[in-house]
Amino acid sequence: MREGMVRIPSGCAISAIMNVKGIRFNGEAIIRSITCMHERSNGLGGGFAAYGIYPRFRDLYALHLLYESDRGRIDAESFIKDNFVVEHSESIPTRPVVSITDPPMFYRYFVSVRPDSLDALRGEDEAELLVRATMTVNNCIRDAFMVSAGKNMGVFKGVGFPEDIARFFRLEEYEGYLWTAHGRFPTNTPGWWGGAHPFGILDWTVVHNGEVSSYGINKRYLEMFGYHLTLQTDTEVVAYLFDLLHRRQKVPLNLVARALASPFWKDIDRMPEEERAMYKAIRMVYGPAMLNGPFSIIVAFNGGMMGLNDRIKLRPLSCGKKDDFVLMGSEESAIRSIVGDLDEVWDVRAGEMALVQLEEGGVAVG
Amino acid sequence: MARSYLPPEYIVDINRDKCRRCGLCVRGCGFSVLKWAHTDWQEKMGTFKDGQDDLGVVYQRIVETTPDYIVADSSLCRQCHYCVSHCPEGAINVIKNPVAYRANEHWAAHHMRNIWLQAETGGVLLTGSGNDKAYFSYFDHMVLDACQVTNPSIDPLREPMELRSFLGERPDGLEFERTPEGQVRLKTQLPPHVQLETPIIFPAMSYGAISLNVQKAFAMAAKASGTLMNTGEGGMHQDLYPYADHMIVQVASGRFGVNPGYLRRGRIAEIKIGQGAKPGIGGHLPGEKVDSGVSQTRMIPIGSDAISPAPHHDIYSIEDLAQLIYALKEATEYIKPVSVKISAVHNVAAIASGIARAGADIITIDGFRGGTGAAPLIIRDHVGIPIEVALATVDERLRREGIRNRVSIVASGGIRHSGDVAKAIALGADAVAIGTAALIALGCHVCQSCFTGNCSWGIATQRPELTARQDPERGAELLTNLLRGWSRELKEILGALGLNSIESLRGSRLRLRGVGLSKQELDLLGIKPAGEGA
Repeated sequence: MREGMVRIPSGCAISAIMNVKGIRFNGEAIIRSITCMHERSNGLGGGFAAYGIYPRFRDLYALHLLYESDRGRIDAESFIKDNFVVEHSESIPTRPVVSITDPPMFYRYFVSVRPDSLDALRGEDEAELLVRATMTVNNCIRDAFMVSAGKNMGVFKGVGFPEDIARFFRLEEYEGYLWTAHGRFPTNTPGWWGGAHPFGILDWTVVHNGEVSSYGINKRYLEMFGYHLTLQTDTEVVAYLFDLLHRRQKVPLNLVARALASPFWKDIDRMPEEERAMYKAIRMVYGPAMLNGPFSIIVAFNGGMMGLNDRIKLRPLSCGKKDDFVLMGSEESAIRSIVGDLDEVWDVRAGEMALVQLEEGGVAVG
Repeated sequence: MARSYLPPEYIVDINRDKCRRCGLCVRGCGFSVLKWAHTDWQEKMGTFKDGQDDLGVVYQRIVETTPDYIVADSSLCRQCHYCVSHCPEGAINVIKNPVAYRANEHWAAHHMRNIWLQAETGGVLLTGSGNDKAYFSYFDHMVLDACQVTNPSIDPLREPMELRSFLGERPDGLEFERTPEGQVRLKTQLPPHVQLETPIIFPAMSYGAISLNVQKAFAMAAKASGTLMNTGEGGMHQDLYPYADHMIVQVASGRFGVNPGYLRRGRIAEIKIGQGAKPGIGGHLPGEKVDSGVSQTRMIPIGSDAISPAPHHDIYSIEDLAQLIYALKEATEYIKPVSVKISAVHNVAAIASGIARAGADIITIDGFRGGTGAAPLIIRDHVGIPIEVALATVDERLRREGIRNRVSIVASGGIRHSGDVAKAIALGADAVAIGTAALIALGCHVCQSCFTGNCSWGIATQRPELTARQDPERGAELLTNLLRGWSRELKEILGALGLNSIESLRGSRLRLRGVGLSKQELDLLGIKPAGEGA
């Protein structure tokens, strides 16, 4: 059975590294970090998201697609040409890796939105068009799957251990300022490359360790706003919730974190009046969006990343800082495998987040 | 009237060896089943007439030599167990009359009894309480999930576990703004809402149908538990004013006790369209029950019948309902949510959608197991649909139409324990209302005789000697205990599910599985069959 036809709980390893000045570096560091946590995955899923890797096409949407047949590629390409101006397209370079068998085909397209498509949007923005295009490809076109669709970024993922996936996609040849990684331990064998993580929508990517016990209501809540959840994974839910709350509803990022991992009523009841009213409203309105159960999440986007832990910290998430680098990982060892002498290291506390953004350079905690 | 040929349904059995002749049962029975059987005094007195004894000594001798005993007229017994529960010697038992009707798979004893009763009287058969027939129970064919290995269950004794819930409209999203000092603050003004500390409320039971003492017990318990009670359609007695902030004030077709003060006093105003036990049927409080208290509260003359018409005569269509909703909002200055209560009928999903669009903030759906103070038996037992499917289809319809946030859903009608509560919430209810269960906590034995006004337990009666049996303080304690017990159990259920807040279970139908349900029923409930994984 393929991902999306059945819901597959997984244990996982996650890791991230970012240069807050925006200086780009190759994939070696993130590979080393996720490899250190080999024991946390079982060879059935690994993946990476990289930001700042396509400076030449920085203003174009980079569409990463995987195809399981030529038919899928032909259908998807005709759909893409209908909706976008394709400035450049190529197959994504890979190398043979012994442990990786039967990979699908990978292509990438650097596109801009066709002017007439924009007219048809009736006031909605380009992002909405990209979201709809992603949903159309993933729901309606057989044997094709949109892996990522953001500017100057890309997702590389597949079935295998993350270090093997990295070598398969030759990630050491890319340079980015922000990398996230995921190693998966699913409880059965999905065997489908589209189901691996990170999961992305637009330039948002999510790596996630845990099981969202509130999945049922999170999914129904999103469906009310027009999202189609095809993969039945928690990661997909998290990505769409960020999309809904932050991109569409303009909720500030730090409050999105508060909606998804809400403070407890016992703490809200002790807040000053105005703050209390705000958090009460967040819980009342976004209660169905709250993520319950064990999770640690790293959400990455153009310009930053956010680590978020569940309300009672049932999954690990550590952060570290060294000069201009901020690192996150399921284990402190994963961070230290990159940089031994950290300036600072800390665990993200229950229900709290670590937000890291470019330029401002600082690390906001809590 | 000709002699009835109906054998009694129940036999009251008094063990004369155990009976101490204290007479508690004689005073206790609201239905006058138990009576003193006296020796013929005149005759006994006569035997002592020639003697020297004065009357006191004669009396003493009579008592010593011919002790009185208690007899039961079983034909009057409703099996409410007041006598059984209160006999200090355990000398009374009430058993089903073992009289064996000729076995027949089609003509059950109750069919024949009802025909005899109607042949004798020509009347509409009345009953109380909820539908007791053996309809299929969806609650009993759904099971909840729990965590194993891949995610940890949570111990409610060690971790916070949250049941706080809200009733009222919610916006689809929130807007925030930055203050000049750079602080982020909430810009959205929230519509009126009510906070509940547990997702369980007490439903509409009017003063008149139940005694004032019982309403007081509900009011005190609602306040103590951070939840709500509902006045029902009989107005609000002034003794309850201190609890008005925990009360839903109901406006039904008879408009009894409705005035601007009443509406403004309550926390939520509710328009009662229907009741699960009697969809499409009005109400009739007989004049005998309208004493001075009921008269003042309902604003009707003492001793007059209080008749609620079947429909609201100003609501013959959905647009009329919208007018009444906004009339109530005007009267309460848009600071209180307005609820509309309907009974679960076939087209409930479309009706609920219309109600949401008509401007209601809360929809209360009462399923066919819901209770009543009085209803025609034939309606109670044969009209309406189960709350489980009604709730599931309403929640799904409102979601599909993108208007689920506009209203909260309260589900009621036959909820028996916290397991039913959890299942109703997983199907999509914002809160549930428990009527029969709450009355059982107060002593009700579901004898279904509320309409007689003779309730031995002092619940569904206005007879002062009976209502005095309900001590509001003690009643409030029982009800508060019940809510606390169920709330604790809900926390256990949440913990097993790996959740620490009720909103993560609400509408999360993936955590339910059906056992022994058809494909179509599973689809209607929006759940998977047991055995199918996530």
